[in-house]
Amino acid sequence: MSDDIYREIILDHYRNPRNKGKLDMSDVSVHDSNPLCGDEIDIHMKVSGGKIENIKFEGRGCAISQASASMLTEMVIGKELEIIKELKKEDILENIGLTNLGPARIKCALLSLKVLKVGMVKYYLERDPDSAQKMKEESMPY
Amino acid sequence: MVGDNDLTYLDNAATTHKPFEVINALTNYYSNLNSNIHRAVYQLAEEATIAYEQTREQIAKFINAKTVEEIIFTRNTTESINLVAYSWARNNLKKNDIVLISELEHHSNIVPWQILSQEKRCVVDYVKLDDSGYLNLSNLVDKIESGNVKLISLSHMSNVLGTIIPIKKIIKMAHANEIPVLVDGAQSVPHMPVDVQDIDCDFLAFSAHKMLGPTGVGVLYVKKEILENMPPFMGGGDMIKEVFKSVTRYNDLPYKFEAGTQNIAGVIAFGAALNYLSKIGMQNVRDHEVFLTKYAIKLMTAFREITLYGPKDPKERGGVIAFNIADIHPHDLATIMNDRGIAIRSGHHCAQVLMQRLDVSATSRASFYIYNTREDIDKLVEALNDARRIFKI
Repeated sequence: MSDDIYREIILDHYRNPRNKGKLDMSDVSVHDSNPLCGDEIDIHMKVSGGKIENIKFEGRGCAISQASASMLTEMVIGKELEIIKELKKEDILENIGLTNLGPARIKCALLSLKVLKVGMVKYYLERDPDSAQKMKEESMPY
Repeated sequence: MVGDNDLTYLDNAATTHKPFEVINALTNYYSNLNSNIHRAVYQLAEEATIAYEQTREQIAKFINAKTVEEIIFTRNTTESINLVAYSWARNNLKKNDIVLISELEHHSNIVPWQILSQEKRCVVDYVKLDDSGYLNLSNLVDKIESGNVKLISLSHMSNVLGTIIPIKKIIKMAHANEIPVLVDGAQSVPHMPVDVQDIDCDFLAFSAHKMLGPTGVGVLYVKKEILENMPPFMGGGDMIKEVFKSVTRYNDLPYKFEAGTQNIAGVIAFGAALNYLSKIGMQNVRDHEVFLTKYAIKLMTAFREITLYGPKDPKERGGVIAFNIADIHPHDLATIMNDRGIAIRSGHHCAQVLMQRLDVSATSRASFYIYNTREDIDKLVEALNDARRIFKI
């Protein structure tokens, strides 16, 4: 029931998103949208010594997509960039506490993960194309 | 039923439900009439042909066309507009000619013209909307008088704002400047009386499934004198008279535009839908929707946090209400509604140019038809209250 979906924590991240905005001198920026509903997410990352030194997101869309993006940035900031490839959809759904979303709304919840994975691959592609291909294969499907 | 709730269906601008008469007509064709039309001489095929052609006659009567030859079957409104783009426009437009549309069009009345403009290097231009959701008529006049407009293609009733444009007046102005007009009637023909001789349009496109009929059947009306000079859109069976190795003589109107085996069952069942609507009377359909729209607007404007889009006067709009409430995204609202058995639409409604004009990424939309009642709107309003509570507004 939707009464369970829109719990305090989702509304809090929707209305007070963490790590929202642009990054000066980001190392990688990626945009994607969900054509069905128009949710949009941009993710910017600053990478240093293989770690995600800073991460910001911009976006507009439903509470699930925006709260999920906000929580995802908190989940990965300061971590190794490579851990992104290990992230599975179950990790995201557990993280936001929504494990029984229908097929239409699950896309909202996973849009930011998709953008983050593409961002990681793009980062390696620009620096180390050989490992980028490997990263891509290892990180999909999720 | 939706889960434990009775269905409250408020997405009629997308598609309508089908009466048993229509469903039975589909079953009856496949059970008792199944055969291909226009060719075979055995009785079964003759009966199917008669039933198929009867729908054409009903449509001609329904929109008051002069002759049945002016009625072409397509798959939907989109295909009807594409047919005009690929056949008439491709042969009549040249570089720098303007196809004039408006900011409230559905993608099906934007994208075909953009595709054509790449091929013919013609221009797609937009009549502006004013802030109340009406077409800016002085802007329209300016564009008509600019001299390069060769076709005007407009939605008679917006699928988002509900705006009903003054089509008769616009067509009169266009014809005074020798510009033909295509009317996208996807929303108007199902919901109000539309008389092609009265408004004097050159082309009219609409879909069966938005007016109690099955999916996969659309209609294109074209004035006979224009149709006679249009080349075929698709080649194949049934649209020919004689085929030789290098040339083909095309069939008479309207068959020249109906290549290949058509959606015979769908067309026949559309006849049953037209019967159903004719019995009610299109003015009654319209009056019922004005009544519901008035009631909905009254209840919804009571919410301080709500934004309603489009004309405020129910007499100047169709039974489709686009809205947003506080910072609740339309998809979140649709999820909350769904839990209460209410089907409303959320998103850009295939009108992203309009969304950009309104400066929103999405809206919710409730749209009505003959079977909706005041109680349906009460349920909608009750769910809006629930949504406010869940979102702590």
